[in-house]
Amino acid sequence: MLSISHLQKRFGERVAVDDVSFEVRAGETIGLLGPNGAGKTTTLSMMSGIARPDGGSVSFDGQIVHQDANHLKMRVGLVPQDLALYDELSAWANLELFGGLYGLAGARLATRADDALRLVGLADRRRDRVKEFSGGMKRRLNIAGALLHDPELVLLDEPTVGVDPQSRNAIFENLEELKRRGKTLVYTTHYMEEAERLCDRIVIIDHGKVIANDTVHGLYRRLPASRVVALEFDGATATDAVLAGLGALTGICAVQRTAAGVRVEMEDFGTPLARALEIIAGAGLRVASLETGRTSLEDVFIALTGHALRDGAKADAS
Amino acid sequence: MNYLAIRALIRNDLRIYMTDRRAMMIGVLVPILIAAFFGYVFGGNGSAEAGKIPIAVVDEDDSDVSRAIAADLAAEPLLAMQALDRTEAERRVRGGKVQVAAIIPKNFGGDATRALFSGQTKPQVELLIDPSQAMSSRVVEGLLAQHGMQEITKEAFSGASDGSGPAAGLQRGLSMPYVVATTKMTSAQKVPYSSYAHSFAGMTTQFILLAGIDAAIVLLLTRERGLWQRLRSAPLSKTQFLLARTLATTLVGLFQFVLIYAAAIGVFGVRIGGSVIGFAAIAVALCLLNATFGLMLASIGRSAAATRGIAVIATLLLVMVGGAWVPSFIFPKWLQQVSLATPTRWAVDGLDAMTWRSLGLDAALPPILVLSGSALLCLAIAIWQFRWEE
Repeated sequence: MLSISHLQKRFGERVAVDDVSFEVRAGETIGLLGPNGAGKTTTLSMMSGIARPDGGSVSFDGQIVHQDANHLKMRVGLVPQDLALYDELSAWANLELFGGLYGLAGARLATRADDALRLVGLADRRRDRVKEFSGGMKRRLNIAGALLHDPELVLLDEPTVGVDPQSRNAIFENLEELKRRGKTLVYTTHYMEEAERLCDRIVIIDHGKVIANDTVHGLYRRLPASRVVALEFDGATATDAVLAGLGALTGICAVQRTAAGVRVEMEDFGTPLARALEIIAGAGLRVASLETGRTSLEDVFIALTGHALRDGAKADAS
Repeated sequence: MNYLAIRALIRNDLRIYMTDRRAMMIGVLVPILIAAFFGYVFGGNGSAEAGKIPIAVVDEDDSDVSRAIAADLAAEPLLAMQALDRTEAERRVRGGKVQVAAIIPKNFGGDATRALFSGQTKPQVELLIDPSQAMSSRVVEGLLAQHGMQEITKEAFSGASDGSGPAAGLQRGLSMPYVVATTKMTSAQKVPYSSYAHSFAGMTTQFILLAGIDAAIVLLLTRERGLWQRLRSAPLSKTQFLLARTLATTLVGLFQFVLIYAAAIGVFGVRIGGSVIGFAAIAVALCLLNATFGLMLASIGRSAAATRGIAVIATLLLVMVGGAWVPSFIFPKWLQQVSLATPTRWAVDGLDAMTWRSLGLDAALPPILVLSGSALLCLAIAIWQFRWEE
C-alpha cells in the first residue's frame, strides 16, 4: 500500500531523516518506535504529504505522494501529535470543519461525524466546547478528526502522549476497533508497551535511521535472552563469586547486580533457573523475593542502539 | 524582611524583560514614533514647513481692489490660494480639495470703498466652507478682513472713488465695508455636517485594520500548533487556503464595519448623504484590504511574536499618516503628499465623501480603486511569501 524508499530530510545542517525505507501493507498496523527527536514525526509528515522529502520518495499504491498530494490526501487521515482542535468551539463544530476540508457536507458529514464521535466515545459530548474536555477526551477527539473522510490509512503521531492510563486504554480500544475495521495504521510512539500491544510490525528509528524493521516476535528473537528473573536477598548482597558462578551457567545470558539482589537474563525458565537458585542457596543467600518476566522491547532497543529509548527508561526496567 | 528574595525577584523580572528584545524595542520605539509624529505635526522645533490652508478666490469683480486682495491672499504664507470660477470652487470645496472659497462679487471695489465711510449698501462676500474645517474658515475670514480693509482703505484714500472724499468720510467714521455670508458646502444640503462622521471614518478604518492584524496573529499561532498539520494534511492548496482566510477576515471586518456604522448612524446621527453603493463598495474594499494586509504580515512574519511587533508599527504608521487620528490637512505639505500613498488616507477620505460630504459614486471610485489595488498587491505578496511547504 505504502512504500517509503530512501527517504531523506534535512533542516539546515541537521539530518532529521536519513535514508529511511520500509513498506506498509494494507490492513497492517506499523509502529514507528524511537526516542524523541529520532525522526518519527518528520517521517510521518512526509508520508502524509505535508513535508516534501529532500531525497527518496513515499508512494501510495504506486503514486508518488508529493506529486499528487491532494488526491492521495483523501485516502489518508493524520492525527497530529499536538492537539489539532479549536478549544473555543464545540466537538461538533470542530468535526464540521475537518469534514468540510475533505469535501463533506450535509447529511453525509453528519453521519460521518456521528460515527467518529461514537467510535471515540464522545457522542454525548458533541455540543460541549473542547476547552471543557479532559486531556484524554481531547486526544480521542483529535483521533476522530482524522476519521471523517473514512481514510484507508491513518497516521497517528504519538496519540497517547500526556494522557492518564485510563484514557490511554480507551484510545487503544479505539485503535483496535479501527484495526478490526480493516484500516491501515501507522503509529509513532516512544512507549514500547504501546507498540507491543498494538502493532503487527515495528520499525525502530534512531538518529533518523531505521535500526530494525520486524514483527514483535522477530525483534525479540534478536535478543539472546527472552526471560528475566529479578531476585532480592534478605539482608545480604551477592558476591562477585556468586555473579561469576551464575554467569558461567549454560542458558544464562547476562547477570547484573541490583540494589537488593541480582537480575538474570536467560533463554528460558527451565534448567538455567533451577541451577541459578542452587548457586544462590549454596552461597548462603536467602531469597526474599523473586519476580519473573520477559525481556522487553526496551532491552531490544538498548541491544540495537546502545542507549535507552527514554530518559530513565532503563532504570524503570531494572 | 527578606531583601535577598526581593533582589532576586527584581533581577529575575529584569532578566525576563531583557530577554524579549523585540518587545523591549517596541515598548521604546513606539512611544518615540508617536511622540515624534505629533511633535512634528504640531510645529516641531519651528524648522518644519507648516501645511498651508488650501483656499480659492473667485473674483467676479475684477477691480483693482479685488485683484489686490486676491494678490495679498496669494502671498499669505498660511494659505495656498487658487483663482477659480464659482462652479469649480464649489466643486472643490464639496470634494474637500479646497477648504474655503471666497467669492468677491461684482462691483465689490466701488461698493466697499463707498461703504467704508457711509456704512450703507455693503457688498456681500460669500465664504463657501468645508464644514469639517471650521478653524480654517475663521483663519481665512480673519485674513480676508485684514487684507480687505487694507486694500479698500488704500483705494479710498487714493481718492479714486466718487465725490465723498476721505476727509468727509473720516468725520462720519469708518465702518466695515462689506459683510460676509458663510455657506457650509455639502453635496446634499439636507445632510448637515457631523464631526462624528469623520471620527467614525478614522476609527473604523483603524480598528478594522487591527482586526486584520489579529487574524494574522491567529494564523501564525495556528502554524505553531497541531492544527496547522491537520490543515496541511487535508486536500487543500495554498491559494484555496489563503482565499478562504481572506474571505473570512473580510466578512469579519464587514460585520465589525456594519455594527460600528449602525451605532454611528443610530446614536450619533451620522448620515450616508452620498452614494450608498459607493459607501458599501468602500467598506468592502477596506475590509478586503485589511484581510490581505494581515495575510501579508503573516506571510512575512516568521512567528506570532515577531509579527505582532511589525504589525503594531505598520498599523500605527498607516493610521497616523492616513489621517485617522488627526486630519491630514494639518500635516506639513510633504506629509500630506506622503499620506496619499497610504490606503488608510483613501479609506478615510472615501468614507467622508460618502457620508457628510454627500458625494456621488464617482467620488467613491478613486478610493475603491486604491483600496482594491492595495488589497491585490498585499494578496500577491502573501501568496508569493507564504510558507506552505514544510
